[in-house]
Amino acid sequence: MIETGGHLLNVVIVLGTVLTVAAFLIWYERRLLALWQDRYGPNRVGPFGLLQVVADMIKIFFKEDWVPPFADRFVFVLAPMAIMTAVLMSFAVVPLSPGIWVADSNIGLLFILAMSSMTVYASVLGGWASNSKYALLGGLRSAAQMVSYEVFMGISLMGVVVLTGSFRLIDIVEAQSGLWNCIPQFFGMLIFAVAGIAETKRVPFDLPEAEAELVAGYHTEYSGMKFGMFFVGEYLGVTLISALTVILYFGGWQGPLLPPIVWFFLKTFAVIAVVILLRASLPRPRFDQLMAYGWKVLLPLALLNLLATGVAVLL
Amino acid sequence: MNHVFYLSSAIALLGAALAMACRNAFHALLYVVVSLLAVAGIFFSLGADFAAALEIIVYAGAIIVLFIFVVMMLNLGQRAVNREDDILTPTMWIGPGVLALALFAELVVILIRGAGGSTTGIGVGPKDVSLALFGPFVIGVELASFLLLAGLVGAVYLGSGARSTGGER
Repeated sequence: MIETGGHLLNVVIVLGTVLTVAAFLIWYERRLLALWQDRYGPNRVGPFGLLQVVADMIKIFFKEDWVPPFADRFVFVLAPMAIMTAVLMSFAVVPLSPGIWVADSNIGLLFILAMSSMTVYASVLGGWASNSKYALLGGLRSAAQMVSYEVFMGISLMGVVVLTGSFRLIDIVEAQSGLWNCIPQFFGMLIFAVAGIAETKRVPFDLPEAEAELVAGYHTEYSGMKFGMFFVGEYLGVTLISALTVILYFGGWQGPLLPPIVWFFLKTFAVIAVVILLRASLPRPRFDQLMAYGWKVLLPLALLNLLATGVAVLL
Repeated sequence: MNHVFYLSSAIALLGAALAMACRNAFHALLYVVVSLLAVAGIFFSLGADFAAALEIIVYAGAIIVLFIFVVMMLNLGQRAVNREDDILTPTMWIGPGVLALALFAELVVILIRGAGGSTTGIGVGPKDVSLALFGPFVIGVELASFLLLAGLVGAVYLGSGARSTGGER
């Protein structure tokens, strides 16, 4: 009974933390972007503009929730749910610090890969169900991009799995007590970071929603809280990729002096800041450049990294 | 775990049936996805976690996405739905129905004889699967990789546009 209560408490803690962090990221991103672009950013609502998130939420809740008459109604409503569900499911196996996780699965890493491959349905279904040309083009782009980048993401992670000998995320963190994986798996980390940002469809890989060509891509027709779910889903994805980078390559919750959970959040927010810095500094490539870069550069690099890791472990 | 097994099986069967009966190709593919996810649930309930994860990653996450990609490119509209209507006549169902009934009869016989295993089996971890695949069954892995390589070479040849013979000048 106590065990079940503890599990439920963990579910509430993880869900609450993750959703709060995702909402907070809206403020974090806008402030950091402003800092790097020599302006203030949101600073009027509450201390340092922290309550800007609340204001945005209230605004989006009061917007008209409109389904276009030409849309496929059922699939149209299903799409935003798909992204939230898939990303939140991934967090079930993410250990925040010792004892704070929802599920302790021995295929944790594979489960996350499986769920991240399900997020592609959100943009594809949204793009198709909207029944408009811009949305369809966005959906097509996102399908091609995500299926391609998933491949290198999986292969780049295998280096860590070879070093640890386990898919269990807690084992992976504990195996890094001596040396963090970011040093022996430096190339794996770079490939994973690129593929992860492509999976979350963020700048510079936001071609499915490139506003210069496709209005807003696959979520052109969405409004109100349905759009809000895509938006929060994207931030949840960023949080997931950053948390995973920390767990797989930067020793998870491990660190001196401070409590584990503080270390975990410090590291995660540092990685998120790098993701935002990429958005602030990099232009968007053409779509064929994106695909060629993936298949011709990242795939061979990921395979070489796996090969080198295998040789090093065997010797 | 028995309940999970039976629930997943029911969803898988229902999803597969609806995928066949659905007139809209896109909706049919969504039912296939549901069916595949339910099959992954069956694997989980049998203790084959690794197979379940791969089922989602490979089938639901990649192969069906490619199918959906093609359906999106074709832009099937009301015309395709009408054509499906012409194909899916009641008489069309007789043949498949008889075959499915024969399979169902076999299944019932097996269930009555009690040959079915329990669902509370021992969990099979990724390591056991890999050891089996690259130990006694390595020839199967090699044959599958031959087949995939041949498919890859064929795809590169067809996609490169470098064919000089047989095509239009």
